[in-house]
Amino acid sequence: MILAVRDSATMLRRQLRHMSRSLSMLLMLLAVPIVFLLLFVFVLGGTLGDGLGGGTGGRAAYVAYVTPGILLITIAGAVQGTAIAVALDMTEGIIARFRTMAIARVSVLTGHVLGSLLHVLASLAVVLGVAVLIGFRPGATAVGWLAAVGLLTATTVALVWLAVGMGLAARTVAGASNLATPLTLLPLFGSGFVPADSMPAGLRWFAEHQPFTPIMEALRGLLLGTPVGTATAVVAVGWCVVIALVGYGWAKWLYNRDRTR
Amino acid sequence: MTNTSTGPAIAVTGLRRSYGAQVVLDGIDLHVPEGTVFSLLGPNGAGKTTVVQILSTLIRADSGEARVGGHDVLRDPDRVRAAIGVTGQFSAVDDFLTGEENLLLMGDLNHLCRAEGRRRAAVLLERFGLGEAARKAGAVYSGGMRRRLDLAMGLMGDPRVVFLDEPTTGLDPRSRRDMWQIVRDLVADGVTVFLTTQYLEEADQLSDRIALLDRGGIVAEGTPAELKRLVPGGHVELRFADVPALTEAAVLLGVSPDPADESLVLRVPGDGGVRALKALLDRLDAAAIEVDGLAVHTPDLDDVFFAVTAAEEVTSR
Ligand SMILES: Nc1ncnc2c1ncn2[C@@H]1O[C@H](COP(=O)(O)OP(=O)(O)O)[C@@H](O)[C@H]1O
Ligand SMILES: [Mg+2]
Repeated sequence: MILAVRDSATMLRRQLRHMSRSLSMLLMLLAVPIVFLLLFVFVLGGTLGDGLGGGTGGRAAYVAYVTPGILLITIAGAVQGTAIAVALDMTEGIIARFRTMAIARVSVLTGHVLGSLLHVLASLAVVLGVAVLIGFRPGATAVGWLAAVGLLTATTVALVWLAVGMGLAARTVAGASNLATPLTLLPLFGSGFVPADSMPAGLRWFAEHQPFTPIMEALRGLLLGTPVGTATAVVAVGWCVVIALVGYGWAKWLYNRDRTR
Repeated sequence: MTNTSTGPAIAVTGLRRSYGAQVVLDGIDLHVPEGTVFSLLGPNGAGKTTVVQILSTLIRADSGEARVGGHDVLRDPDRVRAAIGVTGQFSAVDDFLTGEENLLLMGDLNHLCRAEGRRRAAVLLERFGLGEAARKAGAVYSGGMRRRLDLAMGLMGDPRVVFLDEPTTGLDPRSRRDMWQIVRDLVADGVTVFLTTQYLEEADQLSDRIALLDRGGIVAEGTPAELKRLVPGGHVELRFADVPALTEAAVLLGVSPDPADESLVLRVPGDGGVRALKALLDRLDAAAIEVDGLAVHTPDLDDVFFAVTAAEEVTSR
């Protein structure tokens, strides 16, 4: 157990070195949600904000509405990077070397997960900073902030493990990127950018039942300081737990397969 | 040459492994005494890498038993892993890290303390001529440097058994000789080396014992000298200008020319020593037979290899 922690820490250091040497890719991943944020708020935000109904409407209302969705896009985009990094790593001979060493096997994956988690949290801070700069005014209490950070972390851990599984399953970089693409689109097909009840029936059903919607709803409530329904909170956390467990189990199984390449 | 007081570093019995319907290893036995160099020699696709992968716990055999460093590869893989250093056929260097960082990573994964990791990394960088490139990324290393770094990474844990899968394939002659020297130094330190190669010369130069792997089985095994004894001895090749000269010489020396050979060459058995050679030429000279050209052929592992695999071919037909 102690060795597993030590090996994971070693692998995390390896991962941070890798990340520091592919900063341009990380910056590109970060640029996407920021461009989305600016586009939606400045180009579409006036009209979309008026359409939200209630309150003052306009851009100010829209930036408050859209920020949680943008945060999820940030996470999804970053974990797409994780899937790509894992797939790329598995093509490297050094992974075979790790398998011939007396180390905790899963530590290669934990290294990726911990590295990605730090990357995502830093990205979220930047994106949130930009949102505040263009008029997002969170009304969260201290407890609300804590809960929001907790929920974002839980979502990230869940999606990162899923992305690690995708990276292992894909075997090629392009394949990993494709597998993870739906994650970056899910916030759009949920209540991230417009309320689900403004959508046509079929899409609306999907939006109401997919995992990102309750997570974004709960996040919105926590950040703005508005009430969060118990059902929404439970479903949001439930999804995180389910995705994390499935992703972890899948990734571990894929990694421990008798690889005969 | 084998020391009976120490157990074998590697002991393998009845190892089998198939990929689908293709039988790659069809019951292999190996025995490598501690502190010796053992070469597994075979052409491309013979199954050398498969053997290394099984012995280094990367893949499982379908059946058979394998012990490395006294531990069973299936029941005790982590003990085996702690005892071995592996340099696979394909590079296992982290390209994003520098040479030094690669070694320090191995130090951490071998659970060395920081100071010891740094010390060993410095020693290995120096010993393998990588001192100047220590701070450069693995991606920019030349083939020979990569191989050396790869090997150095395998040595950070101070292994007792080292696996080298085709350590010199694709290297220039200079780098190949460097690698040979490294292997010799390792053995001088008491390490057991298991290497695979396609080069007979390499096996001949380095090994205490050699096994020939062909079509899933060990077709010959022994010291280089023992293997060379498996084939007929050396000979001198005499080339003549015309058929009369060839026939005359054949009668004089009591050897019959190869009827299938139309190249006017006569093969005379002999070890090709200077004295024997001079005697031979003197006899021809005395009989006034003109020799056009001459080549001395001492038996090498090539002969063993072709003799053994050709015999296989006949019996398998
Ligand atoms: N993962 C694999 N799947 C299918 N066949 C394989 C695999 N690995 C090796 N083989 C086959 O097993 C045989 C032996 O391969 P290998 O051990 O790599 O030979 P060598 O190292 O002597 O060149 C080859 O015919 C190869 O095609
Ligand atoms: Mg091979």
